[in-house]
Amino acid sequence: MANIFAFAEARNGALRKVALETVTAAWKLADSTGGEVHALLVGEPGISAKAQQLGEYGADVVMVCEHQGFGQYNPEATAALAADRIKSGGYRAAIFSTSAQGRDLAPRVAAKLGVSLVTDVTGMELTGDTLVVKHPMNIGKIVATVAIAATPAVIAIRPNTFTPVVNANAGRVENVQSVGDPSASRVVVKELVQGGGGKLDLADAPVIVAGGRGLKAAENFKLVEELADAFGNAAVGATRAVTDDGWRPHTDQIGQTGRLVSPDLYVAVGISGAVQHLAGMRTSRTIVAINKDKDAPIFKVADYGIVGDLFEIVPALTAAVREARKGH
Amino acid sequence: MGGGPVREPDPASRSAPSGPLLVSLCEIFHMGMRLKIAVCVKRVPDMDVRFKIGSDGTSLDETGLKYDINDFDAWAVEAALQLKEKAGQGEVVVISLGPDAAAETIRKALSMGADRGVHLKADRIPFDGFAIASALSAELRDGGYDLILFGKMSPDSSNGIVGPIVAEQLGLPCVTSISRLEISDGKGTAKRELEGAQEIVEFPLPAVLTVDEGLNTARYPSLKGIMAAKKKPLEVKPAALGDSKVSVQKLELPPERAAGRIIGVGAAAVPDLIKALQTEAKVL
Ligand SMILES: Cc1cc2nc3c(=O)[nH]c(=O)nc-3n(C[C@H](O)[C@H](O)[C@H](O)COP(=O)(O)OP(=O)(O)OC[C@H]3O[C@@H](n4cnc5c(N)ncnc54)[C@H](O)[C@@H]3O)c2cc1C
Ligand SMILES: Nc1ncnc2c1ncn2[C@@H]1O[C@H](COP(=O)(O)O)[C@@H](O)[C@H]1O
Repeated sequence: MANIFAFAEARNGALRKVALETVTAAWKLADSTGGEVHALLVGEPGISAKAQQLGEYGADVVMVCEHQGFGQYNPEATAALAADRIKSGGYRAAIFSTSAQGRDLAPRVAAKLGVSLVTDVTGMELTGDTLVVKHPMNIGKIVATVAIAATPAVIAIRPNTFTPVVNANAGRVENVQSVGDPSASRVVVKELVQGGGGKLDLADAPVIVAGGRGLKAAENFKLVEELADAFGNAAVGATRAVTDDGWRPHTDQIGQTGRLVSPDLYVAVGISGAVQHLAGMRTSRTIVAINKDKDAPIFKVADYGIVGDLFEIVPALTAAVREARKGH
Repeated sequence: MGGGPVREPDPASRSAPSGPLLVSLCEIFHMGMRLKIAVCVKRVPDMDVRFKIGSDGTSLDETGLKYDINDFDAWAVEAALQLKEKAGQGEVVVISLGPDAAAETIRKALSMGADRGVHLKADRIPFDGFAIASALSAELRDGGYDLILFGKMSPDSSNGIVGPIVAEQLGLPCVTSISRLEISDGKGTAKRELEGAQEIVEFPLPAVLTVDEGLNTARYPSLKGIMAAKKKPLEVKPAALGDSKVSVQKLELPPERAAGRIIGVGAAAVPDLIKALQTEAKVL
């Protein structure tokens, strides 16, 4: 009857997709323990309106903490509250996302609880006293099976891996108090600078169109943007060669030192497929590569390749995708 | 002021940005602070190889692997050196937990310009970041550091947890994944990389920071630096690792991606690609 804790991430007053993923993952575990899923949602006054959606994805209880001090991500107050709830709730496991916020939050919470954690988890199973998880290591070249013998077992799941599943549950809202004054945190987020002009984010997008040095100049990235627009649900990514040259911001970089993504469709345009780039995208469901060099390593991981000049192929593909999606 | 002459602040450092790392430390001088910075560095294998799993099934076969300082940690060392150089005084201490060979990693940071090293000796580097953090915290706790720097993550264990755990264990403010840093007047401002956005974060010193790509470019050790590093102090102590409740049961190679196919050449191949995306991959 052990209950499972899920942290529901919000940004700018809205739930992020990763919040539904943690609740979905928690529901799968709770199913095996016969326990309940309790989600924690923090935000400015008004955030409780989002609790219902967490119920739809499997939360039995949504603990909501509303405070002005939670307008921006507040690492210290959020960690203090999460640790306090996990401790007093006696949970078997606590699930976070390996998003930028989750990467920051989960180790703080684990440390407050005096336990270790595993991040970037791609699979999990409770067996007796241990939670056994899958964890890619060495830039995805090795997959480790790791046993967590601690209670609570704290993990952060890899984004885009536990697909949100509707599992209507009560989603009973419980208002909870912050621990201390969230406005008194030492670490303060002064400003959230949105990049990419409101376009879809790499973590949430089912389709990613990524460009490399083959595009030759910053202004040619509009070819990549137009293809992303044609898909309608695509984000734009880039290689380090491109972010180093300042053609795209560093936040767009995919790879070993950039972002890890695994969308349904990854379109690599003018990207050679260096091992450090592959590290960030090789788990994408379907990979398409467009490159003029038929021996480029990207073709080794691509499900579908087109050899040739991207300046000719990409505009044709953009038009064809628009045509195929007509009526959507 | 703590002793040495008060230097005029470099006017350029206050106005025009001279690089990604902006530091105006003049205020710290007036407060008589001397910047003492610790950098935790990990020895990691070069990732550009085909890994083999050892006969025990739970560790890597190390034959033929090449090791070096984690890239993120080299950027952390660089950040510490730049802060110290702008201040004109201070100390950069490099700490690494690992087997005998971790001393090489520390020497590399010393040859870049760090002042002294501490080697927390262990038979091997454990997978469990909590155990590593606890041993590092024990060393750092009474060190009187103004800043403790980490890499954002190590590519081998791929957890990215050691820095923030140390911060909690020491009760220090922590900002993770920074790509820009300014320190002045006992306070810091950093930029944090998120998905599709950035946060501008303020924090007081002393603090723990973890370094993302983009903060700086790490310098190469000069020949002079390499010679000087040989004479710099390197203290060796046993690592206080404690037990671990997280253990690797098995390592595996991930399933290979099924071989793909070249659909065709040039724009003429586009219709076939669209068809494949619609009917096989079902993503359109
Ligand atoms: C420690 C470390 C970490 C790194 N981390 C990352 C990381 O996180 N992410 C990352 O991406 N890289 C990373 N790199 C860099 C990586 O090694 C490669 O240098 C980089 O990925 C190359 O980017 P690219 O494919 O855009 O450029 P290139 O390798 O130069 O490839 C350009 C490609 O475009 C093709 N091309 C050129 N013109 C055309 C045309 N007209 N039509 C079609 N195709 C064309 C070429 O055939 C070529 O294959 C890292 C490197 C190191 C050492
Ligand atoms: N064995 C170690 N010795 C010193 N520092 C370490 C060690 N392991 C990890 N770190 C530090 O913690 C950071 C994050 O590592 P990790 O949590 O393993 O991804 C690294 O970039 C280092 O700064």
